[in-house]
Amino acid sequence: MGDAAPKPVKTEAANLASMSHLRPVPDPRPPSKEAARGESAPTIAELERWATVLRIECVRMLAVAKSGHLDSSLSAADIVSALYNRVLCHDPEDPAWRERDRFVLCKGHAAPIQYAALAHHGYFALEDLQGLRKIGKPLQGHPDMNRTPGVEVSTGSLGQGLSMCVGIALALRLDNLQDTAHVFGVLSDGDCQEGQTWEAATAAVHFGVTNLTAIVDYNHLQTDGTTEQVMDIGDMRAKFEAFGWDTVEIDGHDMGQIVEALERSRTLDRPAAIIAQTKKGRGVSFMEGRFGFHGKPPTPEQASDALDELESQLRRQTDALRAGGEDI
Amino acid sequence: MAGKTEATATRAAYGDALLALGEAHEDVVALDADLSVSTQSAKFGDAFPDRFFNVGAAEANMMSMACGMAATGKRPYASTFAIFATGRAYDQIRLGIAHNELPVRVCASHGGVSLGEDGASHQMIEDIALMRVMPKMQVVVPADYNQAYRAVIDSYESDEPMYLRFGRPSTPVVYDEIPDSMGHGVDVLREGKDISLIATGHMVWRALDAAESLESEDGIEAEVVNVSIIKPLHSETVLESLAKTGVAVTAEEHRVVGGLADAVREVAAEQHPVPVFAVGMGDEFGVSGTGEACMEHFGLTARGIADRAREALLLKPIVSHPPLFGPDWT
Repeated sequence: MGDAAPKPVKTEAANLASMSHLRPVPDPRPPSKEAARGESAPTIAELERWATVLRIECVRMLAVAKSGHLDSSLSAADIVSALYNRVLCHDPEDPAWRERDRFVLCKGHAAPIQYAALAHHGYFALEDLQGLRKIGKPLQGHPDMNRTPGVEVSTGSLGQGLSMCVGIALALRLDNLQDTAHVFGVLSDGDCQEGQTWEAATAAVHFGVTNLTAIVDYNHLQTDGTTEQVMDIGDMRAKFEAFGWDTVEIDGHDMGQIVEALERSRTLDRPAAIIAQTKKGRGVSFMEGRFGFHGKPPTPEQASDALDELESQLRRQTDALRAGGEDI
Repeated sequence: MAGKTEATATRAAYGDALLALGEAHEDVVALDADLSVSTQSAKFGDAFPDRFFNVGAAEANMMSMACGMAATGKRPYASTFAIFATGRAYDQIRLGIAHNELPVRVCASHGGVSLGEDGASHQMIEDIALMRVMPKMQVVVPADYNQAYRAVIDSYESDEPMYLRFGRPSTPVVYDEIPDSMGHGVDVLREGKDISLIATGHMVWRALDAAESLESEDGIEAEVVNVSIIKPLHSETVLESLAKTGVAVTAEEHRVVGGLADAVREVAAEQHPVPVFAVGMGDEFGVSGTGEACMEHFGLTARGIADRAREALLLKPIVSHPPLFGPDWT
């Protein structure tokens, strides 16, 4: 932005038209339960490309909704891509499959990123994404288990999600499913400012939960400023370790690290925390790591710029995969 | 089914019935927050340690955990004192349980001022209002051990969120045995034509005592109505009684605002406007003392109900005359 030559401003309708070719995913079905752990699991490059697809969907949704949390969704895109496209065992045709892994978006305000993943896996129609936050439509501002297929439990009030994850994990254990059904919760740094998260962290270890992974999307930005300015939560790795969790710290935008940490986490004999250092607004350069976009939808101009950037990223990723012989 | 005949705390019924539910149903799980001996969920915990989760002093975590368990097919019973259940964990109940319409039972013991010595910090007098105002939440306040036992057993069958309030002190029974069902939750325990005494929880036996003294001292025939399901309120039974007597006194161990009094007044105001007086807590907090002393301090007694009934009856002929305009007064 800024120094670039002025470009024609696209209208909102033009934006949508330019997006309509965005059905670039040949087979929007999840890998099967077997594939997720086998040879046919999506490669790192494919997962990265998926993350770009999800980011594009988020920008489109927010541009239409004119409301929501875009930058919070973008920071979690790589984590969500790795989970839905490779790590989670789930069945969109049977969302209530008892042995499925559970995904809980503790940071419910990042709902668009989960909705994008769910839609691309066929939990509901891709067209439904454009109904985000609209009256009478299923996609609520924050995830709603009774309105949106694939949402395990409603979230949106920070701090409650990890407790819900502990409850789910224990219920699965009572059903003797703890070795197959794993619970993955994605937390924000705001979640970790809430005291309840630490009640849950204590309880998970006390109850000997083994089928739970908490991923902290630590993007260091919140509504009123940086987390360091507003309420510094400091060394999250040390904190979770002190609570008795197996803890690793990764670059939350390095797909290789994300996949490795997630897949390792489901093999442990205690709850696992993955501190993912991320950048808010990742993938959109004018937004990335910058304060002032939380809870603010992109203007049409911003959405246009963001889409240009993400679409060229997608083209690069697609071309690279094709060059490598992938059938994209 | 045979129940208790001697005075027993309603929380004891919770402990006994929860144990019975645990024996009957594999999917029943129980949670408590370091008060399991007081709430009596410990009976379940001793029998089914694998299905019992004591979270320590962490009520918010408990309610959200119960949400997660219910979302995974369990029937959670989460107990603690009423003050912590509804006050500390309101948002957790609201989003995780009520909004999700999950079959979690929020089982609150030590409701009201009759818990006594612990004083204002522990005496919850707003819980009925908080749970009544919450969308989708059922509110159940049993009158004695026998009804409380039935309420807990029946709660298993409901697919909706439910708040159940139990009390600390031993309370005389008003039901001779464990009732066959909760019915619609509004029972006429004593018929009368002069005034309706509409009570809930620990005030029901006091309302019966009040009716007795009104009859023996003043020849007043009071009708006593036990409202054990405050939400959804079976308004027909309440209205029938109001139509018969033309004046009412409500009685609850709770703030008048938002509680049973307001529930009855809402029905009366819309469908049969008659004077509805209230016995309950005003704009004030509780105090320390024995449970019974606390009840007396705030006038939550049979005498308090009878006195209010006499006041109400003074006003009844003044306000019960036919209005000048509008439909015929019935």
